[in-house]
Amino acid sequence: MKIAVCVKQTFDTEAKIVLKNGKVSDDGINLIINPYDEVAVEEALQIKEKQGGEVIVVSAGSDKAQDAIRQALAMGADKGVLINSDTEADEYARAGILAKAIGGLGADLILCGHVAADDGSSQVPTRLAEILNLPHVNVVRKLELNGNTAVCTRETDGGTEVIEVKLPAVITCQVGMNEPRYPSMKGIMQAKKKPIDKVAGEAIASKTSVASVFIPPPKAAGKKIEADPADAAAQVVNWLKNEVRVIG
Amino acid sequence: MAKGTWVVVDQRDGKIRKVSLELISKARDFGDEVAAVIMGQGIEGLAAEAGKAGADKVYIVDDAKFAKYNTGAYAAQLAAMAKKYEPATIIFGHSAMGKDLAPRAAQKLDAGLVTDCTDVEVDGGKLTFVRPIYAGKAFAKVNVNSTPVMATIRANIFDVVDVGKTPEVIKADVAVSDADLYQTVKDFIPTVSSRPELTEANFVVSGGRGAKGPEGFKMLEELADIFGAAVGASRAAVDSGWIDTQYQVGQTGKVVNPILYVAAGISGAIQHVAGMSSSKNIVAINKDPEAPIFSIADFGIVGDMHAVIPEMIKQLKK
Ligand SMILES: Cc1cc2nc3c(=O)[nH]c(=O)nc-3n(C[C@H](O)[C@H](O)[C@H](O)COP(=O)(O)OP(=O)(O)OC[C@H]3O[C@@H](n4cnc5c(N)ncnc54)[C@H](O)[C@@H]3O)c2cc1C
Ligand SMILES: Nc1ncnc2c1ncn2[C@@H]1O[C@H](COP(=O)(O)O)[C@@H](O)[C@H]1O
Repeated sequence: MKIAVCVKQTFDTEAKIVLKNGKVSDDGINLIINPYDEVAVEEALQIKEKQGGEVIVVSAGSDKAQDAIRQALAMGADKGVLINSDTEADEYARAGILAKAIGGLGADLILCGHVAADDGSSQVPTRLAEILNLPHVNVVRKLELNGNTAVCTRETDGGTEVIEVKLPAVITCQVGMNEPRYPSMKGIMQAKKKPIDKVAGEAIASKTSVASVFIPPPKAAGKKIEADPADAAAQVVNWLKNEVRVIG
Repeated sequence: MAKGTWVVVDQRDGKIRKVSLELISKARDFGDEVAAVIMGQGIEGLAAEAGKAGADKVYIVDDAKFAKYNTGAYAAQLAAMAKKYEPATIIFGHSAMGKDLAPRAAQKLDAGLVTDCTDVEVDGGKLTFVRPIYAGKAFAKVNVNSTPVMATIRANIFDVVDVGKTPEVIKADVAVSDADLYQTVKDFIPTVSSRPELTEANFVVSGGRGAKGPEGFKMLEELADIFGAAVGASRAAVDSGWIDTQYQVGQTGKVVNPILYVAAGISGAIQHVAGMSSSKNIVAINKDPEAPIFSIADFGIVGDMHAVIPEMIKQLKK
């Protein structure tokens, strides 16, 4: 089983967002593997451990994205592909760039995160599947492989859905699917020797453009009370009924 | 010339989701004809409801292939129809269906798409979409420079307006091949709950680690039922096994947008806040006066939720 995993490098989820020249600044920001992609890497490794195969990590971005690839290699992935490309490419362009690189790998399974934690839009994997003419299943919490079929359990509005598709397929992972491992010391050492292919991304024009970015003004301070429970309850009930009038 | 706005209706079991009606009403502001696209089986009767919310036209796709939502059939059908009828704009609710369908259809149409929007600005026919980035720490205004303009928009942002139209109904030809039926929906296990769906609820009562166990959630459910609220939870509560994952609110869970959000025993981590910060009124109950949730709460109570909530229940029941 050959598994490609798409890994995006994102800001640490705790990062404070600051604008510089009208854009989100990455000065001093700690960059990490998108947390959902870590789940995808772990899932790929578990499949490989069960049935053998190869795990190839693919990331599109600047040279910095190598760190994200190295981390996945340290977790146990076999090799990496870094596609040097414009970090401002939109989802349409990014999916096209990734498709070019992944299309040629002959992967049986392509795992992605279901959303990027930065400015993610949950578009790239689905678009990638369409370009490669493959089925996809999104926001999967449980994946079972039987030969060349994938049985995916996903949460949807109003319930849980079980969807079956034939491989090769693109599947996007949700937190809770597994517990991503920490790279071991040995893994980190080995990762240094694992190959990372560097390729130039295709020039694909975006279909959307960001007109501006803004940081919402901090919320005006609300009421904050400390009182005995009965009094506190009376005050909040009064506020709900008579001030904001959200209940009758 | 492409014209008009399409709202792709999200329906399950013959019931239109509220977000679809909200978008039909909102689309009237775009200054052009509004059409609803309804795919399903045995759903012709839904056209009237779409008209009431403001649809001038309703495209009906009624066939066994659409009985259950499946990406392949829905995306192929929608793309074929968009090529034939050439709408200028196609919008979807940012529901599970919208999130899944919109990117696949957009790619088929070689079109740009903006997802998870919280507002739409209309300027002389040009649409600018506002969407949160970095878990809501910032917002981006985005334009789509291809045709059709496509976007998915969150629930509970726009009102459903009853304009009482009788729409023109158009039955669209089915344009799906066997190759498009690549997903087999093996099973659907509906959530059994008498409470409203989290993402569309007007009232949400959520608990975190401070709930201390399943009993804490029993108490929160009792409060929720007084408001007719949905129950939500933080990841810590879900991870502790006190409540099912489908109730998680936040970046990894559901995004809610109610009139009232009650956060009990929740610290207010950024990943939780990402899922509820746009709530219109936020009440927080936390025993730690320094808890970050207080910085976004409209009404904060510093105290033990296990003492305050029973009092609230008592007083509200009076
Ligand atoms: C990639 C990623 C995604 C994530 N996604 C989500 C997500 O979708 N949703 C989410 O919620 N979290 C998410 N998290 C986790 C998040 O960072 C927090 O860990 C989580 O929200 C904490 O839950 P909590 O507030 O219930 O628990 P804690 O942070 O432990 O806070 C418990 C609070 O309860 C208060 N408390 C304790 N006892 C009482 C009492 N008796 N009465 C009143 N107050 C009391 C405490 O003072 C404290 O403030 C994510 C994290 C990561 C890294
Ligand atoms: N630049 C990128 N390089 C590699 N994978 C990506 C990139 N952008 C997005 N992805 C993949 O697509 C998923 C969803 O991203 P998004 O559509 O941007 O929310 C991510 O979790 C990754 O698996």
